[in-house]
Formats: sequence, structure tokens, C-alpha cells
Amino acid sequence: MKTLKQQFAEGLWTDNPGLVQLLGLCPLLAVTTSFANGLGLGLATLFVLTASNALVSATRSLLSAEIRVPVYVIIIASLVTSVELMFEAWFPAMDRSLGIFIPLIVTNCAIVARAEVFASKNPVGLSILDGFAMGSGFALLLTGIGAVRELVGHGTLFADLGMLAGLDGSPGLELFDGGFLLALLPPGAFFCLALAVAAKNALDLRSRRAHGLRRANPEPR
Amino acid sequence: MKFERREAPYIRPANSVSLVMLQVLVALVPAVAAHVWFFGAGILYNIVVAVIFCAGAEALVMRARGRAPAEALADGSAIVAAVLLAFALPSLTPWWVTATGAVFAMVVAKHLYGGLGYNLFNPAMAGYVVILIAFPADMALWVAPRMGDLDYQHLNALQTLWFTLSGELPSAMSFDTVSRATPLDLMKTGLAGMQTAAEIRAEPLMGDFGGRGWEWIGNFIAIGGIGLMLRKVIRWHIPVGVGIGLLVPATIMYMIDAGSHASPGFHLFSGATLLCAFFIATDPVSAATSTTGRLIYGIGIGLLIYAIRRFGAYADGVAFAVLTMNMLVPLIDRYTRPPIVGHGPEQPG
Repeated sequence: MKTLKQQFAEGLWTDNPGLVQLLGLCPLLAVTTSFANGLGLGLATLFVLTASNALVSATRSLLSAEIRVPVYVIIIASLVTSVELMFEAWFPAMDRSLGIFIPLIVTNCAIVARAEVFASKNPVGLSILDGFAMGSGFALLLTGIGAVRELVGHGTLFADLGMLAGLDGSPGLELFDGGFLLALLPPGAFFCLALAVAAKNALDLRSRRAHGLRRANPEPR
Repeated sequence: MKFERREAPYIRPANSVSLVMLQVLVALVPAVAAHVWFFGAGILYNIVVAVIFCAGAEALVMRARGRAPAEALADGSAIVAAVLLAFALPSLTPWWVTATGAVFAMVVAKHLYGGLGYNLFNPAMAGYVVILIAFPADMALWVAPRMGDLDYQHLNALQTLWFTLSGELPSAMSFDTVSRATPLDLMKTGLAGMQTAAEIRAEPLMGDFGGRGWEWIGNFIAIGGIGLMLRKVIRWHIPVGVGIGLLVPATIMYMIDAGSHASPGFHLFSGATLLCAFFIATDPVSAATSTTGRLIYGIGIGLLIYAIRRFGAYADGVAFAVLTMNMLVPLIDRYTRPPIVGHGPEQPG
């Protein structure tokens, strides 16, 4: 049985859905143009992932193996629909900003993956924790990449964060004028993600070296 | 007693990497001189900025990789990439734009892939595409050639230097009075505006084949490139391939409808065609390696240049064409690998 600490270490770092499993890249690359967008979609995904893990785990004894995936999809789709309606009702600005990517949470493979790999084999409490840990890892990555892209591309930080409180726009911090447009374009998303993965690997390598382990793949010379 | 260890190959080629790079630089000198003659000193400043930032970025990356910076700087490949990047830029380019491209070319396109010999993409073109996408307004500031009968404002060497450093024009000038459409831009917008190709060719900026000034620079690039071929620094397959790929569709379309298509000569002498054929596409690292492969690679680049110029959003497509074909190089190499002697024709796999 995993401890609480282990579960969170896995979700946030060693098995992070975005950084390590590289799942759910479509929303990760498409909406992370600002801190607020990343946080908004991250929270929505976190909610869906936790709730879907709970429901899948609760119904796991009723499901036969042959039809489990369609049932996962129905559960996830109904949760996403309710999230979408909540966004429309309470955060209309956020809803306009994220657009199609809220309904597309249905197709986020990180969620189906957790349902299949974890929730279908573990009790409800553990599954909720796993969904929360994995969702937090994904949300943190979305928010982090969003912050970097907003800062580099626009020179601002936390712009329009009021959308999360249902407000219609707030300037955020304006740190410098202009910015490097490429960061906001799709290639910038790929570069940011690649650099984040590289940074994670470099940190892991450093800590492994500190523990006296030899590197597995020497750099080609 | 120490013996010299001898391993194959026993006959060493006379060319070393640094010697090849030096010859490429020498071959570019006439074209740079022509560029200065027609478009002012801007390209010299761009070259200086690009070389400083390419070399500086390369030295820093080498240090970060735990290796001696001199090891990479000595081969001169960073300088060649810098000069090619500078050649792709308008002569009025602020230094930070050039620097962005140079740093990206060295750090991301070259060293993140493993350094010289490992880079999948042509560093100069990757850097150029990044600044083309990130600074579209700066990349549109082409000036008119200095010709006696063309009545445009020109910046002198000092004003150009000030623009490179500050991004500001002298107060008496505005972007509208110093910048002019490139021949490819004129052709593209003209054809889109229902002008015939012949009407566009009658514009004062147009010369015998391409744009005035541009076609002369093209001549000098071709002279340098043919010199490289004679010295066996580059082989004929890629330049000829690029020519075939571009000129065959251009000729066919021109013969079908000369009114709405630019002539093959215009395509050959406009934009970066000749620079691409002789200097960019022939980059030994990112190009295909087998003889057939090089022809295919060149033809692919030529076809893509034509397709982008004719149907794309950009006026010229050399950088995109080269990067796209760079991606296909592993595939091309795999299917055109010459059979190993004694093993018969081998199936790929």
C-alpha cells in the first residue's frame, strides 16, 4: 500500500502525467498561453480527474471487463458536461477564453489512464487521493508553462486572473513591454514543454548522481 | 618506444572541417561585397552581430556541456551559420532580432541536438524561421537597391549602424520612405491583385530576370558556389536538384499561362534561391548523404520553394523548404543507401 506521501510524490513529480507520462498534451500545448488559462484548465481537469476516479472506483465491482472503457467515457463525459455548465454559469469569461478545450477534457487521455490503471483496481479513498495527486501534478505543469509563456511572450503575469473569480478582466502584473511572440505561438508551447521535461530529467540526474548512482545513458561524444 | 597508431582510412582527405568552412566563407565574399554595393553596409553589421552572438552562444553552451569552447569554435561552423543567417536578414535589422536568431540557431538547433554533426536541422535556417515568426514586422524592412534612376531615400553607413543599434530611423525618414517590397513580394501581391506578370515586370524595381540589384547578388553567389564545386567542397547534386525542383514546375506553369505566373528566370534570380542551392541546402550535416539521396533532397527543396512561393502565405519559402526536407533526410538516407560491396542489393530494414 502506498503512503499518502508516495502518492503525491508520484503525481507531482516521479510519474507526473504531463512531464513523465506525456499524456494530455493537446490541452497542455493549446491553452497554456497565460497563467490564468493554465490554472483554469488545470483546476477543471483536477476536478474531473478526482471525481472520475471516485466514480470509477465506486462502480468497479459492477463493471465487466468488456465494456469498462465505454463506461469510463460516459462517466468522464457527464462530469465534463457538468464542469462546462459550471464554467458557463459562474466563469463566463474563463469559458470564452478556454472555449472548446473545456469539453475536450473528455478526451484527455491522462484521465482515462488513471481510471484504467488505478481507480479500477483500488478502493474509493485511495482513488480519490490518486486523482487529486495526479490532477495537481497536471494542473501545476499547466500553470507553470502558462506563466512562463505569458511572461516571455507578453511581459505580463497573472493577467485576467479575475476570470477565475467570475470578473471580466484584470490587468495583472505588467513587468515589461512587448515580448517574444514565439512563446505564445504553438511552437513556443512545444519548446516550453520540452525544456520543462529536460529540466526535470536534469534535476533527477543530479539527485541520482548525488546518491552515487551512475548515469544510465552517457552523452554521445 | 611509442608507435603511431594507424587506423583506416590510410589516405586522409585534404579537407578538414575548418578548411571547408573557410572556403565557404571566402566563396561568400563577392556576394557580400555586391550586397554592400546595392543595399548599403547593413549586411556587414548584421554579420558582425550574428558572429558575435553565434560564437558567444556556442562558447557558453560548450561550457555548460562541460567541454572546451575552443573545440567547437575552432571549426568555424558557427561563423558560417552566422554569415548565412545574416544573409537572410533585411539590411536594416535591429541587433536584438539578429541576436535572437543567432542564439536560437546555436543553442537549440545545433547544441541541444548534440552539436556539429548531430544537428537535424540547418541551424541558420532554424534561427531565421524563429525570428521570421517572432518579429514579422522587423523582417519586412527591405530597402530599395541603390541605383541612380531609382528615387528612394537611403540610409548612409552611420545611419544604418544607428538603426542596427537602436531600431530607430533618422528623424527625417519613415519606414514608408526607406523600405520597399522585395521582387517576390511585388510579384505575389501583384498577381493576387489581378495584375499580369508582364505588368509587374515593368515596375522600376524589376531587372532583367529578378529584381534589380538582387539578380546581381545572385550572380556573385553563383560564382562563389561554382568555385566551391570546382574545389570539390560541395558536389553538384544538391544545387542541380534544387534547380530542377524549382525550374521544372516554374517552366511548365509559365508555358501554360505566362500571364499569371512568374518566369523561371525570375524564380531562379529572386529571393534566396541561389544562396539556398549553393550554400544553405549543401550544409553537409543536415543534408542527405548518398548521391541519389542528395538529388532527391535538392529536388524536394526546389519543389517546396516553388509551392510556397506560388501557393503559400510567405513570399519566399527557402527556409521552410530546407527545414522540411531536413526532417525527411533520415528517411531519404535509409532508402537510398548504396549497397555494400559483396552483400548484393540490400532491402532497407
